[in-house]
Amino acid sequence: MADLRTSFAGIESPNPFWLASGPPTNTYGQVARAFDAGWGGAVWKTIGEPIINVFSRYGSVDLGATRMMGFNNIELITDRPIADNLKEIAEVKRNYPKHAVIASLMVESKRETWHAMVQRTVDTGADGIELNFGCPHGMSERGMGSAVGQVPDYTCQIVEWVKEVATIPVIVKLTPNVTDITYIARAAVKGGADALSLINTINSIVGVDLDSFAPYPAVAGKSSHGGYCGPAVKPIALHLVSAVAGDPAVRIPISGIGGISTWRDAAEFVALGAGTLQVCTAVMHYGFRIIEDLTDGLSTWMDEAGHRTLDAVRGRALPNVVKWEDLDLNYHLVADIDQAACIGCELCWVACEDGAHQAIRKLGRGDEGRGTGGPVVEIIEEACVGCNLCSQVCPVRGCITMRQVSNDFAPVTWKGYAAGTGKLAPRSEHFHTATWDRI
Amino acid sequence: MTHPHHTTLLTDEELTRNFAEIAPPLTADAALLEANTCLFCYDAPCTAACPTLIDVPAFIKKIATGNLRGSARVILEANPFGHSCARACPVEVLCEGACVLNQRDEQPIKIALLQRHATDYVLEHRVRLFQAGPSNGKRVAVVGAGPSGLSCARDLARWGYAVTVFEAQHQPGGLNTFGIAEYKLTPAVALAEVQDILDLGVELRTGVTIGRDISFDALLQDHDAVFVGVGLGLTKRLGIPGESLVGVVDALAFIAHLKSHPYRETQVGRRVVVIGAGNTAIDAVTQAKRLGAVEATIVYRRGEAEMPCFDYEHTLALRDGCAFRFHCTPKRILGVTHVEGLEVATADGIEVLACDMVITALGQAARDEFQLPSHPHVFAGGDYANGGAEIVNAAAEGKQAAAAIHRKLSDAHG
Repeated sequence: MADLRTSFAGIESPNPFWLASGPPTNTYGQVARAFDAGWGGAVWKTIGEPIINVFSRYGSVDLGATRMMGFNNIELITDRPIADNLKEIAEVKRNYPKHAVIASLMVESKRETWHAMVQRTVDTGADGIELNFGCPHGMSERGMGSAVGQVPDYTCQIVEWVKEVATIPVIVKLTPNVTDITYIARAAVKGGADALSLINTINSIVGVDLDSFAPYPAVAGKSSHGGYCGPAVKPIALHLVSAVAGDPAVRIPISGIGGISTWRDAAEFVALGAGTLQVCTAVMHYGFRIIEDLTDGLSTWMDEAGHRTLDAVRGRALPNVVKWEDLDLNYHLVADIDQAACIGCELCWVACEDGAHQAIRKLGRGDEGRGTGGPVVEIIEEACVGCNLCSQVCPVRGCITMRQVSNDFAPVTWKGYAAGTGKLAPRSEHFHTATWDRI
Repeated sequence: MTHPHHTTLLTDEELTRNFAEIAPPLTADAALLEANTCLFCYDAPCTAACPTLIDVPAFIKKIATGNLRGSARVILEANPFGHSCARACPVEVLCEGACVLNQRDEQPIKIALLQRHATDYVLEHRVRLFQAGPSNGKRVAVVGAGPSGLSCARDLARWGYAVTVFEAQHQPGGLNTFGIAEYKLTPAVALAEVQDILDLGVELRTGVTIGRDISFDALLQDHDAVFVGVGLGLTKRLGIPGESLVGVVDALAFIAHLKSHPYRETQVGRRVVVIGAGNTAIDAVTQAKRLGAVEATIVYRRGEAEMPCFDYEHTLALRDGCAFRFHCTPKRILGVTHVEGLEVATADGIEVLACDMVITALGQAARDEFQLPSHPHVFAGGDYANGGAEIVNAAAEGKQAAAAIHRKLSDAHG
């Protein structure tokens, strides 16, 4: 059985799955139930001077019949008194000593205010502090959240203040709403951060009600841009995690956040350098019970792949994230259609013909009537650029696969080719099948 | 003549339940889920399988995007009888049978139910999708207000023709109105569908039989073109002794009576034999059973594999508890004044099937009210021309005829 125990910047937890700071970590009752269900840690919903929330706070992006493919919120930090939150953190820590309990904090940008808040948090027995420098809505208008996290100097300054009194690890949560996240990451490191967590939510408007013209989520006919999250943001988060993890100027642990819904998502974040994994939207959709397959799926995969610990997986994909100019131009792929598996939907044909490189030939069922029994489409191998599109639109898994075509040419990168070294193998010819057929 | 003991013993509640539609509509959520399951094939086999060539992926995509009105337009543009086809089409041998998901060993997309979802929307909201075209001064007569005639009329009206439809019955719709099992298609839906077409300014004259009330020649003289879609005639006779006994009923008359009266006013025997194994025979046997027959049996002179009914219909009858007797040829209906039994010849010799009602469903005979002249401006379609097929075939042929008439009358040399 794979060992999922995790030590992250000195914080121990039975597994790498933490609840991210958000609605699921608002109260003792929720966090206790989450730990009972198997979660390894929880980052408490951001604590600060209590705010007042609006009614109608969440917006959803559905994809077809799938609900909440993307999700956003205009909810602020906790609306409960600081003392209540801190008391419950202490209580959770007392009752669940082996679980990680992190307090997320956000207060006004004054040294004394931060000192006082951090001291009170340390006194609860919490395992760590996460600085919410990422929240993009509402709080940023008051000079907090992403208003801090978008300016490297502010980030560095506040981390320094916090570190002056913190005796527990300090995690800085980064906003993706910046041009280059590594600048902020480096500023946090410079200020003394023990770890980073990313990404916070992305500025967004999830939609507009076409009857009232109110954006979602509507508050008396109006809305405000909110923080986007959920499965839709995972690719953005993976990229930013890899950018920070691959930055030699960072080199501190990273807690991965952003659209993690399954153990597969989690494994991908770990492979790109994440130490722990924070989850919020998936829990808001399905409840704490999803932890069962997150841990079971992850450890089953690790067992089958022969990875005994998460450290054996961590960062394994990072060396494979390279610049485009370092990719091999002589690596040649073509698509293969398994005609026995093909159901004849012709989605590959129209995708290639209209949307890609005109490298699939349609064998004329439409003209000749149905039921001929023969192949419906075939790859024009000499025109195929190996782009993957057909295999991605194909509704039959495994029907279209990509096959490597060997050639006698040594690998050559753009960097090398542009510098005059290395030879290009012959490229696919560009066909315009439909046009030629009709001329 | 009525039969003294042929009133149903079922309660009103039982009858209502028995005749409720067998394929209830999809909920909005179910339709969305189903629409999003469609792969949106290019050059889709479902479309190719439809005699009216409805662009199935297009209308399903519109359901997925919440454009129900546009979805119904795609359907009804191609098939003016999209409402009734959604309920009564043998989709397992047409669009759904062609769905590529069958190749993946999965259930096909529920195309009929999705089609109903979209078309019900415009029916319920009384959306007018089509308008009459500006008048071109030309007149067309349509004989028969069934699916072929009204499909022809619908397109001609859109193109500016003045269309008059002559119908021998007192209600329009043809078999759609009174000839399809109640649990599939109700007269209310059939008539609403007809009304959409009449709303384009198509004139309907009911109770007029061409060849009797008006001669065909007179019709041709008064119009620039004539379309004939009168369907078929009465059910063929058995040609065996006993056929005039009380309790021998024509299947279409039985179904029509059931559909135009409160359920319990239609006579049904306790032990009913239906002779024939086409789709109308199935409609008759299942409805006899649902009306309260204790036994309802199909008697067919050939084997199971030769039955002209669709597999789906066969299954439906079996599920209703109907019996099938194959290789069983009717010889004589027994009885003094009323049906008391049916004598049949089987491989084992002569046998008497006890029964008190015989429904004949041997297919319809051709009509003979008038001789169809060979004339360049006379067109025909539907059951009358094809010998008896589905609503969707009639609709397709009516549309094709409309296009042919339009071409002919637009041609200066026509």
